[in-house]
Amino acid sequence: MTKILYFGRLSDLTGKTDETLTIPHDIESAGQLRTWLDERFETDGALLDPTVRIAIDSEIILDTASVHGADEIALMPPVGGG
Amino acid sequence: MLLVSSDPIDAAAELRAFEAMALQAGGIVTFSGQVREAAASGQVTSLYLQAYSPMTENGIQAAITEANARWDLEQTRVVHRTGAMQPGETIVFVATAAKHRRAAFEAADFLMDYLKTEAVFWKKEDTETGSNWIEPRAADYSDANRWTKKEDA
Repeated sequence: MTKILYFGRLSDLTGKTDETLTIPHDIESAGQLRTWLDERFETDGALLDPTVRIAIDSEIILDTASVHGADEIALMPPVGGG
Repeated sequence: MLLVSSDPIDAAAELRAFEAMALQAGGIVTFSGQVREAAASGQVTSLYLQAYSPMTENGIQAAITEANARWDLEQTRVVHRTGAMQPGETIVFVATAAKHRRAAFEAADFLMDYLKTEAVFWKKEDTETGSNWIEPRAADYSDANRWTKKEDA
């Protein structure tokens, strides 16, 4: 099981801040996970936007990175505090 | 020294505590960011700050380390609030202390640019007309880029 976190405006689009699920076997990379989630939530490409970065177990990774064995995957729109 | 917390920030008390820790310094610069009362979409009713621990803390800590590498600082302090807050409340407090003022001014500026554009926070503003997630403005990114350009020059 993998915990997926939807930060910032993504929680409004998906209707949840997080969920725990089993990633389908045919999804190997973070990029494939994006596409699958975008179709699942019908977010019309919002999760494919390159400004949305992905972190696996608190490490920002590229779309080519493997999601295999990940405990926690975060989808992170542009950040900023202050 | 870094603190990310949902507790209210008392900037005046933070400054007094910081002064007591920075007795070797000749100059102290502080910056407080507060929740503004009015946004483009109307009167602000509340602001919500979301963090992702420990990524948020690790990133700010790395920026503090970077500031110490670039400037000769005696002390630094960053306090950042999370959760829900009201107009007028302090969101962020940054203090830098150095032997001479220039290092303190520049390091505080550098840390604030990091906090505005790279620190792992998401910010939602509730106004009388609805809610908006606030992302950095183009000006915030160009401010932050000043430090990269300087390094490349």
